[in-house]
Amino acid sequence: MRLNELTIAQAAAGLKKREFSSVELTHSCLDRIDARNESIHAFISVNESAIDSAKAADEMLKGGNVHPLTGIPFGVKDAICTKDTRSTGAATILDNYVPPFDATVIRRLRDRGAVIVGKQNCDAFGHGASNENSMYGAVHNPHNEKKVAGGSSGGSAAAVADNQCIFSIAEDTGGSIRQPASLCGVVGLRPSYGRNSRYGIMPMASSLDTVGPITKTVEDAALLMEVMAGQDLKDATTVPDSVDEYSKFLDRPIQGMRVGVPKEYFEHHGIDSEVLTCIRTQLKRLQEMGCELVDISLAHTKYAIPVYYIIVPSEDSSNLARLDGIRYGVRAEADSLYDVYALSRAHGFPSEVKRRIMIGTYALSAGYFDAYYRKAQRVRTLIKQDFETVFENQVDIVVTPTSPFPAFDLGAKADPLSMYLADVFVSPASLAGVPALSVPAGTTTDGLPIGLQIIGPRLSEGIILNVGHQLTAN
Amino acid sequence: MSIQNKDIEHVAKLARLSLSEEEVKMYAEQLSVIFEYMDLLKTVDTDGVAETCQVTGLEDVFRFDTQEPCDPEVRAKLIAGFPDRSGNLLKVKAVFDDV
Repeated sequence: MRLNELTIAQAAAGLKKREFSSVELTHSCLDRIDARNESIHAFISVNESAIDSAKAADEMLKGGNVHPLTGIPFGVKDAICTKDTRSTGAATILDNYVPPFDATVIRRLRDRGAVIVGKQNCDAFGHGASNENSMYGAVHNPHNEKKVAGGSSGGSAAAVADNQCIFSIAEDTGGSIRQPASLCGVVGLRPSYGRNSRYGIMPMASSLDTVGPITKTVEDAALLMEVMAGQDLKDATTVPDSVDEYSKFLDRPIQGMRVGVPKEYFEHHGIDSEVLTCIRTQLKRLQEMGCELVDISLAHTKYAIPVYYIIVPSEDSSNLARLDGIRYGVRAEADSLYDVYALSRAHGFPSEVKRRIMIGTYALSAGYFDAYYRKAQRVRTLIKQDFETVFENQVDIVVTPTSPFPAFDLGAKADPLSMYLADVFVSPASLAGVPALSVPAGTTTDGLPIGLQIIGPRLSEGIILNVGHQLTAN
Repeated sequence: MSIQNKDIEHVAKLARLSLSEEEVKMYAEQLSVIFEYMDLLKTVDTDGVAETCQVTGLEDVFRFDTQEPCDPEVRAKLIAGFPDRSGNLLKVKAVFDDV
């Protein structure tokens, strides 16, 4: 086994036993990126000082100052700020932007000696489900290069699947961690809203944005959450609840657990038959492990996409107003101040970002606010209540497919609305603010990965990681 | 619902976004289709339903409004990132036309 193919747990054990150094481990990832970036395009920038960081980590290891993340190479979605490393958000308006600070979650990982190997491609500012909305080129799925990697964190999922880093840190607003993890055959966790700090994450929809891990195993995701989670004074929406020792949940028996099977997902008209068969097989496995399957209804599921695509572009259009070429980023030359704004934004945003700004500005404009944004916020309450009701009365977790279909062809969803509908199974949990985990569940006859989604009540990350581990480790 | 080119031009101006004629036409067509789909929400009875503005239940999260010193290195990097400057000052176009 090559070093870049190791999980965090395996690499940490090897580093501790001095079987190899962080410099060697980091080199193996950088070599893999070098060999594969032209075809997969998972990285926008490679961190020039990765080897220096690895050397520093090796010193930490020699000093006995050991944490399981010390010396582990990882990639970061380019919509997350990393100190002294270019962070574009995959849009050229930030082509030259080098943050002088780290996002809080990144700081916490780096403090333990984890090593950034590079910044990963994504749909610009997280807008998309295929990673085709990047101004630095689309990401290709490592399982079949004619297919998309999913989005928006396509580079982060593809890089882990292709062993270009040991793990990735990405952002999930309406499915941007889970859907690409599903399409690339890796593990992706969207934590409860407020569990992890959003400080330093380029904001998309502030009431929905979360940051979480993409990993090779559930065990690795649990380990990362122990470091990433917790209150941050720089993000007033982080919750004060203590952080669980998620790793200790993994081997708990899941016998007697009540698993909700929502008919609105399994009877969805657009679901691929191989996806359905695969998830049903996994449900049977859960039953064999002693879980009780319970048929449930999440009645407002069909409204999640229209609610999501009102709320997100509305909050997006407001957040993106800060990108105007004035204080940082790329400024267009023009005679008037208005034209500096309008042209900097016209040149520096791809088509989908402009579309979202237009949808959001329209929905928030005078005369339409009540009909769209306010209405969407009310229907959001009904979607949230659907989850609260089943978790209070009927089940411990809900299991669904992560995506209705496996990875699709690059260019297949040119119509914006058809792309929006790809989020149909991932947006409801986002709107409800609850955590959700995608784990690999099998492959299609063409060898494309299928992902299974486990949704739990707020702050139940330990429980969904427990179930995910039991499904994938055995 | 049908969104006209003039609606798009108005919204683009509010959003400080310069659009080509082709883009205006494209977004008018696409937004018409998208908002027609959003009209599905009108069929939901939301009488008496409160809006969800947040999901954490946190209220009144305060901190002291204190001045914090800026690391000189960070300050230098922020200034180096200005698109245009005069010394250490950020340079921008005149905000008012008549001065």
